[in-house]
Amino acid sequence: MDAQLKRGLLDVCVLAAIRDEDSYGYQIIKDLKPYLELSESTLYTILKRLEGAGLLTVRSAEHEGRLRKYYHITGPGIARIEEFKEDWKEIQSIYQFVMKEEKVE
Amino acid sequence: MNKEEFLQQLRLELHGLPQEDIDSHAAFYGEMIDDRIEDGFSEEEAVSGIGTPESVAAQIVEETPLPRIIRERVRPKRPLRALEIILLVLGSPVWLSLVLALFAVVLSVYIVLWAMIIVLWTVFVSFIAAGLASLAAGVIGLVRGDRPAGLALLGCALVLLGLSIILFFAAKGATKGAAVLTKSIARGFKSLFVRKEKTA
Repeated sequence: MDAQLKRGLLDVCVLAAIRDEDSYGYQIIKDLKPYLELSESTLYTILKRLEGAGLLTVRSAEHEGRLRKYYHITGPGIARIEEFKEDWKEIQSIYQFVMKEEKVE
Repeated sequence: MNKEEFLQQLRLELHGLPQEDIDSHAAFYGEMIDDRIEDGFSEEEAVSGIGTPESVAAQIVEETPLPRIIRERVRPKRPLRALEIILLVLGSPVWLSLVLALFAVVLSVYIVLWAMIIVLWTVFVSFIAAGLASLAAGVIGLVRGDRPAGLALLGCALVLLGLSIILFFAAKGATKGAAVLTKSIARGFKSLFVRKEKTA
């Protein structure tokens, strides 16, 4: 898959994984596992990028006597998911166009 | 390998990155390992599931932007003394030009590499053009009755077009190779800065 496209998809996937409730690294990887294989170092890079862009915030909370980082989606983060849905409609119509062209041949 | 050994080895491998980055990566992987153990894995399994410290470090370095790595390498460990600043300024004609020369060399390697690729594709295009031209000239020659010259031209056309097919695959392969090489040069350039102190 095109690298640029994949990067955008991964961003939205991680945001979607924390949309309904705050989540942590291992849980995010587990939640996304049925859909895509995400390595720890890739997730780290994505989380840093999303945090830098203000699409999520990080807080440390105690869990079983140790600290765990929880990621919380922000308003702009939710807006990014909505943006993706809009983009997707456009992509779908392009996809249908491409498939139609193929049938004619 | 247990968690402590993994994290210690990872820190060693990342030596040369900013300290805050190393701490942040180590904390992230420590948490991952703890969460895997809590999920029912043994400590060994939890660590090996993440990968070797070497492979994890290699991925981290690949995903760290080059300017961030270089900035850490050139940042002095203590404030510079006045004398050092004066020397740095006075010496700038020497070291500045050396740094520029280094970048110029790297840049020219890239340019030469890609120029060769462009040459290959240009030769490919010119073979096709020459082949088509000889084909046309050969046909015209035959129509006008000049059989030996016409046949010779047709033969040339076939050879040229045949060669252009081989050239196409050669050029395609070379382009792919150059792309891979460009990437590995960038990676090697980065590791120059990251692993330097450990080996020294």
